[in-house]
Amino acid sequence: MLNTREVDLVVIGGGPAGMAAAAAAAGAGVEKIVLLERQEKLGGILPQCIHNGFGLRFFKEELTGPEYAHRFILELKKYPQIQVKTGTMVMKITAGRQVVTAGAAEGLVCYQARAVIFAMGCRERPRGAINIPGTRPAGIYTAGSLQYLMNIEGFIPGREAVILGSGDVGLIMARRLTLEGIRVKAVLELMPFSSGLNRNVVQCLEDFNIPLYLSHTVTAIHGQKRIERVSVAPVDADLRPVVEKEFDLSCDTLVLSVGLIPENELSLQAGVELDPATGGPVVDSFYQTTVDGIFACGNVVHVHDLVDDVSTESIVAGRAAAAYLRGEIGRNRWFPVKAGRNIRSVVPQRIVAGQATPLYIRACFPERNALLCIGNRQSRRRVVSPGETIYYTVKPEDTATTGGFFTVSLEGGEADD
Amino acid sequence: MTELTCILCPLGCRIRVEREEDGLKITGYDCPRGLAYAREEMTAPKRILTAVVKVAGGESGESMLPVKTKTAIPKEKIFPAMEEIKAITVFPPVKIGQVIKENLAGTGVPLVATAPLPDDDYRS
Repeated sequence: MLNTREVDLVVIGGGPAGMAAAAAAAGAGVEKIVLLERQEKLGGILPQCIHNGFGLRFFKEELTGPEYAHRFILELKKYPQIQVKTGTMVMKITAGRQVVTAGAAEGLVCYQARAVIFAMGCRERPRGAINIPGTRPAGIYTAGSLQYLMNIEGFIPGREAVILGSGDVGLIMARRLTLEGIRVKAVLELMPFSSGLNRNVVQCLEDFNIPLYLSHTVTAIHGQKRIERVSVAPVDADLRPVVEKEFDLSCDTLVLSVGLIPENELSLQAGVELDPATGGPVVDSFYQTTVDGIFACGNVVHVHDLVDDVSTESIVAGRAAAAYLRGEIGRNRWFPVKAGRNIRSVVPQRIVAGQATPLYIRACFPERNALLCIGNRQSRRRVVSPGETIYYTVKPEDTATTGGFFTVSLEGGEADD
Repeated sequence: MTELTCILCPLGCRIRVEREEDGLKITGYDCPRGLAYAREEMTAPKRILTAVVKVAGGESGESMLPVKTKTAIPKEKIFPAMEEIKAITVFPPVKIGQVIKENLAGTGVPLVATAPLPDDDYRS
Protein backbone atom coordinates (compact mmCIF):
# COMPACT_ATOMS: atom_id res chain seq x y z
CA MET A 1 0.00 0.00 0.00
CA LEU A 2 1.13 3.48 -0.83
CA ASN A 3 2.00 5.69 2.10
CA THR A 4 -0.80 8.33 2.14
CA ARG A 5 -0.44 11.65 3.94
CA GLU A 6 -3.32 14.03 4.50
CA VAL A 7 -2.41 17.68 4.04
CA ASP A 8 -4.26 20.94 3.54
CA LEU A 9 -2.44 22.18 0.46
CA VAL A 10 -0.04 20.77 -2.12
CA VAL A 11 1.80 23.29 -4.30
CA ILE A 12 3.33 21.74 -7.41
CA GLY A 13 6.43 23.61 -8.59
CA GLY A 14 9.06 25.51 -6.57
CA GLY A 15 9.73 28.38 -8.96
CA PRO A 16 8.61 31.97 -8.40
CA ALA A 17 4.92 31.05 -8.68
CA GLY A 18 4.99 28.10 -6.28
CA MET A 19 7.17 29.90 -3.73
CA ALA A 20 4.92 32.98 -3.64
CA ALA A 21 1.73 30.92 -3.54
CA ALA A 22 2.95 28.66 -0.72
CA ALA A 23 4.16 31.62 1.38
CA ALA A 24 0.91 33.53 0.78
CA ALA A 25 -1.20 30.52 1.76
CA ALA A 26 0.85 30.04 4.93
CA GLY A 27 0.58 33.75 5.71
CA ALA A 28 -3.21 33.41 5.35
CA GLY A 29 -3.30 30.66 7.95
CA VAL A 30 -3.08 27.34 6.06
CA GLU A 31 -1.44 24.82 8.37
CA LYS A 32 -0.12 21.82 6.48
CA ILE A 33 1.48 22.80 3.18
CA VAL A 34 3.74 20.70 0.97
CA LEU A 35 5.76 22.42 -1.76
CA LEU A 36 6.98 19.96 -4.42
CA GLU A 37 9.93 20.68 -6.74
CA ARG A 38 11.44 18.18 -9.14
CA GLN A 39 14.80 19.98 -9.33
CA GLU A 40 17.35 19.74 -6.51
CA LYS A 41 16.80 23.34 -5.51
CA LEU A 42 14.09 25.96 -5.38
CA GLY A 43 13.86 28.96 -7.67
CA GLY A 44 12.76 27.47 -10.98
CA ILE A 45 14.21 29.48 -13.84
CA LEU A 46 15.43 32.36 -11.61
CA PRO A 47 18.89 31.03 -10.59
CA GLN A 48 19.97 30.88 -14.25
CA CYS A 49 18.56 34.36 -15.04
CA ILE A 50 21.65 36.15 -13.76
CA HIS A 51 20.74 39.44 -15.51
CA ASN A 52 19.10 42.37 -13.77
CA GLY A 53 15.68 43.87 -14.42
CA PHE A 54 13.64 41.77 -11.99
CA GLY A 55 11.60 43.23 -9.16
CA LEU A 56 10.97 46.75 -10.47
CA ARG A 57 7.21 46.33 -10.12
CA PHE A 58 7.07 43.99 -7.10
CA PHE A 59 9.94 45.21 -4.89
CA LYS A 60 10.35 48.68 -6.48
CA GLU A 61 14.05 47.96 -6.94
CA GLU A 62 16.13 46.30 -9.60
CA LEU A 63 17.33 42.76 -8.80
CA THR A 64 18.91 39.86 -10.65
CA GLY A 65 17.14 36.49 -10.93
CA PRO A 66 19.13 34.79 -8.14
CA GLU A 67 18.52 37.77 -5.82
CA TYR A 68 14.80 37.70 -6.58
CA ALA A 69 14.68 33.95 -5.81
CA HIS A 70 16.64 34.49 -2.58
CA ARG A 71 14.03 36.93 -1.26
CA PHE A 72 11.27 34.37 -1.69
CA ILE A 73 13.36 31.58 -0.19
CA LEU A 74 13.83 33.75 2.92
CA GLU A 75 10.08 34.39 2.93
CA LEU A 76 9.37 30.62 2.78
CA LYS A 77 11.68 30.01 5.71
CA LYS A 78 9.45 32.14 7.92
CA TYR A 79 6.80 29.43 7.74
CA PRO A 80 7.66 26.09 9.38
CA GLN A 81 4.25 24.80 8.27
CA ILE A 82 5.59 24.64 4.70
CA GLN A 83 7.38 21.36 3.99
CA VAL A 84 9.65 21.77 0.97
CA LYS A 85 10.30 18.56 -0.99
CA THR A 86 12.96 19.08 -3.64
CA GLY A 87 14.10 16.32 -5.98
CA THR A 88 10.49 15.18 -5.96
CA MET A 89 8.46 14.60 -9.11
CA VAL A 90 4.69 14.36 -9.34
CA MET A 91 3.80 11.12 -11.12
CA LYS A 92 0.05 11.34 -11.01
CA ILE A 93 -2.79 13.57 -9.89
CA THR A 94 -6.53 12.98 -9.71
CA ALA A 95 -9.49 15.37 -9.81
CA GLY A 96 -10.02 14.29 -6.18
CA ARG A 97 -6.67 15.96 -5.38
CA GLN A 98 -4.64 12.84 -4.72
CA VAL A 99 -1.05 13.61 -5.67
CA VAL A 100 1.42 10.74 -6.12
CA THR A 101 5.08 11.73 -5.96
CA ALA A 102 8.41 9.99 -6.47
CA GLY A 103 11.74 11.09 -5.02
CA ALA A 104 15.04 9.57 -4.02
CA ALA A 105 14.59 10.46 -0.33
CA GLU A 106 11.15 8.99 0.30
CA GLY A 107 10.28 6.82 -2.67
CA LEU A 108 6.62 6.86 -3.64
CA VAL A 109 4.35 9.01 -1.50
CA CYS A 110 0.67 9.83 -1.97
CA TYR A 111 -0.69 13.12 -0.65
CA GLN A 112 -4.39 13.58 -0.17
CA ALA A 113 -4.76 17.35 -0.36
CA ARG A 114 -7.80 19.50 0.43
CA ALA A 115 -6.53 22.01 -2.13
CA VAL A 116 -3.85 22.00 -4.84
CA ILE A 117 -2.01 24.87 -6.56
CA PHE A 118 -0.48 24.22 -9.97
CA ALA A 119 2.75 26.18 -10.46
CA MET A 120 4.57 24.00 -13.00
CA GLY A 121 5.73 26.84 -15.23
CA CYS A 122 6.40 26.44 -18.92
CA ARG A 123 8.94 24.92 -21.25
CA GLU A 124 10.62 25.92 -24.46
CA ARG A 125 9.46 25.06 -27.94
CA PRO A 126 12.23 22.96 -29.49
CA ARG A 127 13.43 22.63 -33.09
CA GLY A 128 10.88 19.89 -33.75
CA ALA A 129 8.02 22.25 -32.97
CA ILE A 130 8.97 24.55 -35.88
CA ASN A 131 10.28 21.87 -38.27
CA ILE A 132 13.49 23.45 -39.54
CA PRO A 133 14.76 21.32 -42.46
CA GLY A 134 18.36 20.12 -42.72
CA THR A 135 20.80 17.92 -40.87
CA ARG A 136 20.81 17.15 -37.15
CA PRO A 137 24.27 18.23 -36.01
CA ALA A 138 25.55 19.26 -32.56
CA GLY A 139 25.51 22.96 -31.65
CA ILE A 140 21.76 23.63 -31.62
CA TYR A 141 20.31 24.82 -28.31
CA THR A 142 17.10 26.29 -27.03
CA ALA A 143 17.84 29.66 -25.43
CA GLY A 144 16.84 28.59 -21.92
CA SER A 145 18.91 25.41 -21.93
CA LEU A 146 21.90 27.36 -23.21
CA GLN A 147 21.31 29.88 -20.43
CA TYR A 148 21.45 27.00 -17.93
CA LEU A 149 24.64 25.59 -19.47
CA MET A 150 26.43 28.96 -19.51
CA ASN A 151 25.28 30.44 -16.21
CA ILE A 152 25.02 27.39 -13.97
CA GLU A 153 27.54 25.00 -15.55
CA GLY A 154 29.97 27.61 -16.91
CA PHE A 155 29.93 26.17 -20.42
CA ILE A 156 30.94 28.15 -23.53
CA PRO A 157 29.04 26.76 -26.54
CA GLY A 158 31.13 27.95 -29.51
CA ARG A 159 32.55 30.97 -31.33
CA GLU A 160 29.90 32.21 -33.75
CA ALA A 161 26.19 32.10 -33.06
CA VAL A 162 22.94 32.79 -34.88
CA ILE A 163 19.78 33.26 -32.83
CA LEU A 164 16.37 32.38 -34.22
CA GLY A 165 13.53 34.18 -32.49
CA SER A 166 13.52 37.51 -30.68
CA GLY A 167 11.71 36.48 -27.51
CA ASP A 168 13.17 37.86 -24.30
CA VAL A 169 15.29 34.80 -23.53
CA GLY A 170 16.82 34.96 -27.03
CA LEU A 171 17.64 38.66 -26.63
CA ILE A 172 19.15 38.11 -23.17
CA MET A 173 21.28 35.28 -24.58
CA ALA A 174 22.48 37.46 -27.48
CA ARG A 175 24.04 39.80 -24.92
CA ARG A 176 25.28 36.99 -22.70
CA LEU A 177 27.05 35.27 -25.61
CA THR A 178 28.58 38.58 -26.74
CA LEU A 179 29.92 39.31 -23.25
CA GLU A 180 31.60 35.89 -23.15
CA GLY A 181 33.33 36.56 -26.47
CA ILE A 182 31.03 34.68 -28.83
CA ARG A 183 30.15 36.63 -31.94
CA VAL A 184 26.39 36.83 -32.47
CA LYS A 185 25.99 37.32 -36.21
CA ALA A 186 22.25 37.86 -36.29
CA VAL A 187 18.99 37.57 -34.42
CA LEU A 188 16.29 36.43 -36.83
CA GLU A 189 12.58 37.06 -36.22
CA LEU A 190 9.82 35.53 -38.32
CA MET A 191 7.32 38.25 -37.46
CA PRO A 192 7.66 41.90 -38.60
CA PHE A 193 8.10 42.89 -34.92
CA SER A 194 10.10 41.62 -31.96
CA SER A 195 8.17 39.59 -29.42
CA GLY A 196 10.55 40.73 -26.66
CA LEU A 197 10.45 43.71 -24.34
CA ASN A 198 11.57 47.00 -25.81
CA ARG A 199 14.26 47.44 -23.14
CA ASN A 200 15.77 44.07 -24.09
CA VAL A 201 15.93 44.97 -27.78
CA VAL A 202 17.77 48.17 -26.85
CA GLN A 203 20.08 46.88 -24.12
CA CYS A 204 20.84 43.42 -25.52
CA LEU A 205 21.06 44.09 -29.26
CA GLU A 206 21.51 47.80 -30.01
CA ASP A 207 24.13 48.22 -27.24
CA PHE A 208 26.31 45.59 -28.95
CA ASN A 209 25.41 46.35 -32.60
CA ILE A 210 23.84 42.92 -33.06
CA PRO A 211 21.69 42.99 -36.20
CA LEU A 212 17.99 42.10 -35.83
CA TYR A 213 16.49 40.75 -39.05
CA LEU A 214 12.71 41.11 -38.82
CA SER A 215 10.55 38.96 -41.14
CA HIS A 216 13.38 36.43 -41.61
CA THR A 217 13.72 32.78 -40.72
CA VAL A 218 16.12 29.84 -40.92
CA THR A 219 15.29 27.71 -43.96
CA ALA A 220 17.95 25.02 -43.52
CA ILE A 221 20.58 23.78 -41.09
CA HIS A 222 23.90 22.56 -42.56
CA GLY A 223 26.74 20.52 -41.09
CA GLN A 224 27.27 16.85 -40.33
CA LYS A 225 28.81 16.43 -36.86
CA ARG A 226 28.70 20.09 -35.87
CA ILE A 227 26.50 22.84 -37.29
CA GLU A 228 28.52 24.80 -39.91
CA ARG A 229 26.02 27.27 -41.31
CA VAL A 230 22.34 28.10 -41.66
CA SER A 231 20.36 29.22 -44.68
CA VAL A 232 18.26 32.30 -44.01
CA ALA A 233 15.47 33.85 -46.05
CA PRO A 234 13.07 36.75 -45.69
CA VAL A 235 9.40 35.77 -45.42
CA ASP A 236 6.40 37.19 -47.29
CA ALA A 237 3.17 38.48 -45.77
CA ASP A 238 1.97 34.88 -45.33
CA LEU A 239 5.22 34.06 -43.46
CA ARG A 240 6.44 31.87 -46.35
CA PRO A 241 10.20 32.04 -47.08
CA VAL A 242 11.14 33.92 -50.27
CA VAL A 243 13.68 31.34 -51.52
CA GLU A 244 15.12 33.57 -54.26
CA LYS A 245 16.45 35.85 -51.54
CA GLU A 246 17.98 33.08 -49.45
CA PHE A 247 21.51 33.61 -48.06
CA ASP A 248 23.85 31.66 -45.78
CA LEU A 249 25.35 32.58 -42.40
CA SER A 250 28.25 30.51 -41.11
CA CYS A 251 28.00 29.61 -37.40
CA ASP A 252 28.91 26.84 -34.97
CA THR A 253 25.98 27.54 -32.67
CA LEU A 254 22.28 28.04 -33.36
CA VAL A 255 20.10 29.28 -30.51
CA LEU A 256 16.33 28.83 -30.69
CA SER A 257 14.08 31.29 -28.88
CA VAL A 258 10.82 30.39 -30.56
CA GLY A 259 8.30 30.47 -27.78
CA LEU A 260 7.28 28.97 -24.48
CA ILE A 261 4.47 26.53 -23.78
CA PRO A 262 2.78 26.17 -20.37
CA GLU A 263 3.47 22.71 -18.97
CA ASN A 264 0.04 21.20 -18.44
CA GLU A 265 0.29 17.41 -18.49
CA LEU A 266 -0.81 17.30 -14.85
CA SER A 267 -3.62 19.80 -15.47
CA LEU A 268 -5.02 17.51 -18.17
CA GLN A 269 -4.74 14.48 -15.88
CA ALA A 270 -6.74 16.32 -13.25
CA GLY A 271 -9.40 17.16 -15.84
CA VAL A 272 -8.79 20.92 -15.80
CA GLU A 273 -10.10 22.83 -18.82
CA LEU A 274 -7.35 24.58 -20.83
CA ASP A 275 -7.64 27.83 -22.79
CA PRO A 276 -6.35 27.31 -26.35
CA ALA A 277 -5.26 30.99 -26.47
CA THR A 278 -2.85 30.71 -23.52
CA GLY A 279 -2.20 26.95 -23.44
CA GLY A 280 -2.87 27.08 -19.68
CA PRO A 281 -5.81 26.37 -17.39
CA VAL A 282 -8.95 28.50 -17.56
CA VAL A 283 -9.00 30.36 -14.23
CA ASP A 284 -11.35 32.75 -12.43
CA SER A 285 -10.59 35.91 -10.43
CA PHE A 286 -9.31 33.68 -7.59
CA TYR A 287 -7.11 31.65 -9.96
CA GLN A 288 -9.29 28.62 -9.32
CA THR A 289 -9.39 26.26 -12.30
CA THR A 290 -12.50 24.51 -13.57
CA VAL A 291 -11.86 21.69 -11.04
CA ASP A 292 -12.95 22.41 -7.48
CA GLY A 293 -10.09 23.18 -5.11
CA ILE A 294 -7.42 23.18 -7.81
CA PHE A 295 -5.81 26.57 -8.35
CA ALA A 296 -3.11 27.61 -10.84
CA CYS A 297 -0.67 30.52 -11.12
CA GLY A 298 2.43 31.69 -12.94
CA ASN A 299 3.66 30.57 -16.35
CA VAL A 300 1.59 27.39 -16.24
CA VAL A 301 -1.45 29.68 -16.67
CA HIS A 302 0.02 32.05 -19.26
CA VAL A 303 3.54 33.03 -20.22
CA HIS A 304 4.45 36.27 -18.43
CA ASP A 305 6.86 39.05 -19.49
CA LEU A 306 7.79 39.83 -15.89
CA VAL A 307 8.32 37.61 -12.86
CA ASP A 308 6.87 40.46 -10.79
CA ASP A 309 3.45 39.72 -12.27
CA VAL A 310 3.94 36.01 -11.52
CA SER A 311 4.51 36.86 -7.85
CA THR A 312 1.51 39.17 -7.64
CA GLU A 313 -0.80 36.65 -9.30
CA SER A 314 0.53 33.74 -7.22
CA ILE A 315 -0.15 35.61 -3.98
CA VAL A 316 -3.77 35.98 -5.13
CA ALA A 317 -3.89 32.21 -5.79
CA GLY A 318 -2.27 31.34 -2.44
CA ARG A 319 -4.64 33.53 -0.45
CA ALA A 320 -7.61 32.24 -2.44
CA ALA A 321 -6.63 28.64 -1.68
CA ALA A 322 -6.57 29.58 2.01
CA ALA A 323 -10.04 31.14 1.70
CA TYR A 324 -11.24 28.01 -0.11
CA LEU A 325 -9.95 25.84 2.74
CA ARG A 326 -11.91 28.00 5.20
CA GLY A 327 -15.00 27.44 3.08
CA GLU A 328 -15.21 31.07 1.97
CA ILE A 329 -14.87 30.41 -1.74
CA GLY A 330 -17.25 27.98 -3.28
CA ARG A 331 -18.44 28.13 -6.83
CA ASN A 332 -19.04 31.80 -7.43
CA ARG A 333 -21.16 33.50 -10.04
CA TRP A 334 -18.82 34.52 -12.83
CA PHE A 335 -18.79 36.15 -16.25
CA PRO A 336 -16.74 34.81 -19.15
CA VAL A 337 -14.28 37.10 -20.92
CA LYS A 338 -14.60 37.21 -24.70
CA ALA A 339 -11.60 38.28 -26.78
CA GLY A 340 -12.45 40.79 -29.51
CA ARG A 341 -10.37 42.68 -32.08
CA ASN A 342 -6.57 42.44 -31.66
CA ILE A 343 -6.77 40.42 -28.44
CA ARG A 344 -4.84 37.15 -28.30
CA SER A 345 -5.53 36.23 -24.70
CA VAL A 346 -6.96 37.51 -21.43
CA VAL A 347 -6.28 36.08 -17.96
CA PRO A 348 -8.34 35.41 -15.85
CA GLN A 349 -10.84 34.04 -18.33
CA ARG A 350 -13.70 34.21 -15.80
CA ILE A 351 -14.44 37.32 -13.74
CA VAL A 352 -16.11 36.60 -10.42
CA ALA A 353 -19.10 38.87 -9.72
CA GLY A 354 -18.26 41.76 -7.42
CA GLN A 355 -14.56 40.93 -7.34
CA ALA A 356 -11.87 43.45 -8.28
CA THR A 357 -9.88 41.57 -10.95
CA PRO A 358 -6.58 42.63 -12.48
CA LEU A 359 -6.54 41.47 -16.11
CA TYR A 360 -3.41 40.47 -18.04
CA ILE A 361 -4.13 41.09 -21.70
CA ARG A 362 -2.00 40.22 -24.71
CA ALA A 363 -2.46 41.78 -28.16
CA CYS A 364 -2.04 39.99 -31.51
CA PHE A 365 -0.20 42.77 -33.34
CA PRO A 366 1.38 46.17 -32.59
CA GLU A 367 -0.59 49.38 -33.04
CA ARG A 368 -0.81 52.92 -31.73
CA ASN A 369 -3.57 54.99 -30.11
CA ALA A 370 -6.02 52.13 -29.75
CA LEU A 371 -9.04 52.24 -27.47
CA LEU A 372 -9.03 49.36 -24.97
CA CYS A 373 -12.70 48.41 -24.47
CA ILE A 374 -13.61 46.22 -21.50
CA GLY A 375 -17.29 45.69 -20.92
CA ASN A 376 -18.71 49.21 -20.78
CA ARG A 377 -15.37 50.84 -19.92
CA GLN A 378 -12.82 52.31 -22.27
CA SER A 379 -9.26 53.49 -21.90
CA ARG A 380 -6.81 54.85 -24.44
CA ARG A 381 -3.58 52.90 -25.06
CA ARG A 382 -0.96 54.90 -26.90
CA VAL A 383 1.23 51.91 -27.71
CA VAL A 384 0.18 48.29 -28.00
CA SER A 385 2.75 45.56 -28.56
CA PRO A 386 2.39 41.76 -28.41
CA GLY A 387 5.62 41.70 -26.37
CA GLU A 388 4.22 43.83 -23.53
CA THR A 389 1.33 42.83 -21.27
CA ILE A 390 -1.61 45.24 -21.20
CA TYR A 391 -2.87 45.78 -17.65
CA TYR A 392 -6.42 46.64 -16.68
CA THR A 393 -8.23 46.11 -13.38
CA VAL A 394 -11.95 45.38 -13.49
CA LYS A 395 -13.72 47.14 -10.64
CA PRO A 396 -16.15 45.23 -8.40
CA GLU A 397 -19.06 47.42 -9.51
CA ASP A 398 -18.30 46.79 -13.21
CA THR A 399 -19.64 43.26 -12.93
CA ALA A 400 -23.09 44.60 -12.06
CA THR A 401 -23.53 46.36 -15.39
CA THR A 402 -22.25 43.68 -17.73
CA GLY A 403 -24.55 41.85 -20.11
CA GLY A 404 -23.55 38.35 -19.02
CA PHE A 405 -19.98 38.51 -20.32
CA PHE A 406 -17.02 40.89 -20.69
CA THR A 407 -15.83 41.65 -24.17
CA VAL A 408 -12.22 42.83 -24.32
CA SER A 409 -11.06 44.47 -27.54
CA LEU A 410 -8.74 47.09 -28.97
CA GLU A 411 -10.55 49.43 -31.35
CA GLY A 412 -9.53 52.07 -33.86
CA GLY A 413 -5.78 51.73 -33.54
CA GLU A 414 -3.32 53.04 -36.12
CA ALA A 415 -0.70 50.84 -37.75
CA ASP A 416 2.66 50.91 -35.98
CA ASP A 417 5.33 52.64 -38.10
CA MET B 1 21.86 62.56 -35.91
CA THR B 2 21.34 59.68 -33.49
CA GLU B 3 18.06 57.92 -32.89
CA LEU B 4 17.42 56.29 -29.51
CA THR B 5 14.56 54.17 -28.27
CA CYS B 6 13.65 55.19 -24.76
CA ILE B 7 13.48 52.16 -22.45
CA LEU B 8 11.97 53.74 -19.37
CA CYS B 9 8.39 52.70 -20.10
CA PRO B 10 6.51 50.63 -22.70
CA LEU B 11 5.76 53.71 -24.85
CA GLY B 12 9.26 53.31 -26.32
CA CYS B 13 9.52 56.90 -27.59
CA ARG B 14 11.88 57.31 -30.50
CA ILE B 15 14.09 60.15 -29.44
CA ARG B 16 16.22 62.06 -31.97
CA VAL B 17 19.42 63.73 -30.89
CA GLU B 18 21.44 66.17 -32.97
CA ARG B 19 24.78 67.60 -31.97
CA GLU B 20 24.80 71.36 -32.39
CA GLU B 21 27.42 73.96 -31.58
CA ASP B 22 25.72 74.95 -28.35
CA GLY B 23 25.05 71.39 -27.21
CA LEU B 24 22.52 68.66 -27.93
CA LYS B 25 19.18 69.17 -29.66
CA ILE B 26 16.86 66.48 -28.33
CA THR B 27 13.38 65.88 -29.80
CA GLY B 28 10.72 63.16 -29.81
CA TYR B 29 10.62 62.46 -26.09
CA ASP B 30 7.37 62.57 -24.20
CA CYS B 31 8.34 63.23 -20.60
CA PRO B 32 11.21 64.75 -18.56
CA ARG B 33 12.54 61.27 -17.76
CA GLY B 34 12.91 60.61 -21.49
CA LEU B 35 14.86 63.83 -21.92
CA ALA B 36 17.20 62.91 -19.05
CA TYR B 37 17.59 59.39 -20.45
CA ALA B 38 18.58 60.72 -23.88
CA ARG B 39 21.01 63.22 -22.40
CA GLU B 40 22.72 60.54 -20.29
CA GLU B 41 22.81 58.06 -23.21
CA MET B 42 24.52 60.69 -25.37
CA THR B 43 27.01 61.90 -22.77
CA ALA B 44 27.77 59.13 -20.28
CA PRO B 45 25.81 55.91 -20.91
CA LYS B 46 25.96 53.42 -18.03
CA ARG B 47 24.89 49.82 -17.51
CA ILE B 48 24.76 47.30 -14.68
CA LEU B 49 26.91 44.37 -15.79
CA THR B 50 26.02 40.83 -14.73
CA ALA B 51 28.07 37.67 -15.25
CA VAL B 52 29.24 34.49 -13.51
CA VAL B 53 32.62 33.70 -11.94
CA LYS B 54 34.30 30.36 -11.34
CA VAL B 55 33.99 28.63 -7.98
CA ALA B 56 37.05 26.84 -6.59
CA GLY B 57 36.80 23.20 -5.62
CA GLY B 58 33.38 21.73 -6.03
CA GLU B 59 32.51 20.99 -2.42
CA SER B 60 29.74 23.57 -2.53
CA GLY B 61 28.15 21.71 -5.44
CA GLU B 62 28.19 24.80 -7.65
CA SER B 63 30.62 25.49 -10.49
CA MET B 64 29.69 29.15 -11.03
CA LEU B 65 28.62 32.08 -8.86
CA PRO B 66 26.44 34.86 -10.30
CA VAL B 67 27.75 38.43 -9.83
CA LYS B 68 26.86 42.00 -10.75
CA THR B 69 28.38 45.43 -10.59
CA LYS B 70 26.92 47.08 -7.49
CA THR B 71 25.90 50.11 -9.52
CA ALA B 72 25.96 50.94 -13.23
CA ILE B 73 29.36 51.32 -14.87
CA PRO B 74 30.27 53.32 -17.99
CA LYS B 75 29.28 51.41 -21.13
CA GLU B 76 32.81 51.53 -22.55
CA LYS B 77 34.08 49.70 -19.45
CA ILE B 78 31.89 46.63 -20.06
CA PHE B 79 34.44 44.58 -22.02
CA PRO B 80 37.46 45.51 -19.86
CA ALA B 81 35.32 44.54 -16.84
CA MET B 82 34.46 41.19 -18.45
CA GLU B 83 38.17 40.45 -18.89
CA GLU B 84 38.71 40.95 -15.15
CA ILE B 85 35.63 38.91 -14.28
CA LYS B 86 36.81 35.95 -16.38
CA ALA B 87 40.05 35.81 -14.36
CA ILE B 88 38.29 35.56 -10.97
CA THR B 89 37.95 32.35 -8.95
CA VAL B 90 36.00 32.55 -5.68
CA PHE B 91 36.32 30.34 -2.61
CA PRO B 92 33.21 29.40 -0.62
CA PRO B 93 31.62 30.45 1.60
CA VAL B 94 30.29 33.62 -0.02
CA LYS B 95 27.41 35.71 1.26
CA ILE B 96 24.87 37.29 -1.06
CA GLY B 97 25.96 40.90 -1.62
CA GLN B 98 29.56 40.18 -0.61
CA VAL B 99 32.20 42.14 -2.55
CA ILE B 100 34.05 39.82 -4.93
CA LYS B 101 36.30 42.50 -6.40
CA GLU B 102 36.73 46.17 -5.51
CA ASN B 103 37.07 48.87 -8.14
CA LEU B 104 36.24 46.68 -11.14
CA ALA B 105 38.16 47.78 -14.25
CA GLY B 106 39.03 51.08 -12.59
CA THR B 107 35.39 52.16 -12.41
CA GLY B 108 35.37 52.60 -8.63
CA VAL B 109 32.40 50.21 -8.57
CA PRO B 110 32.67 46.85 -6.77
CA LEU B 111 31.61 43.50 -8.18
CA VAL B 112 29.23 41.74 -5.75
CA ALA B 113 27.79 38.24 -5.41
CA THR B 114 24.09 37.87 -6.26
CA ALA B 115 23.70 34.45 -4.63
CA PRO B 116 25.12 32.78 -1.52
CA LEU B 117 27.66 29.94 -1.64
CA PRO B 118 27.02 27.21 -0.72
CA ASP B 119 23.40 27.73 -1.66
CA ASP B 120 21.99 25.68 1.22
CA ASP B 121 19.24 28.24 1.33
CA TYR B 122 17.77 26.71 -1.78
CA ARG B 123 17.56 23.15 -0.48
CA SER B 124 15.08 21.57 1.83
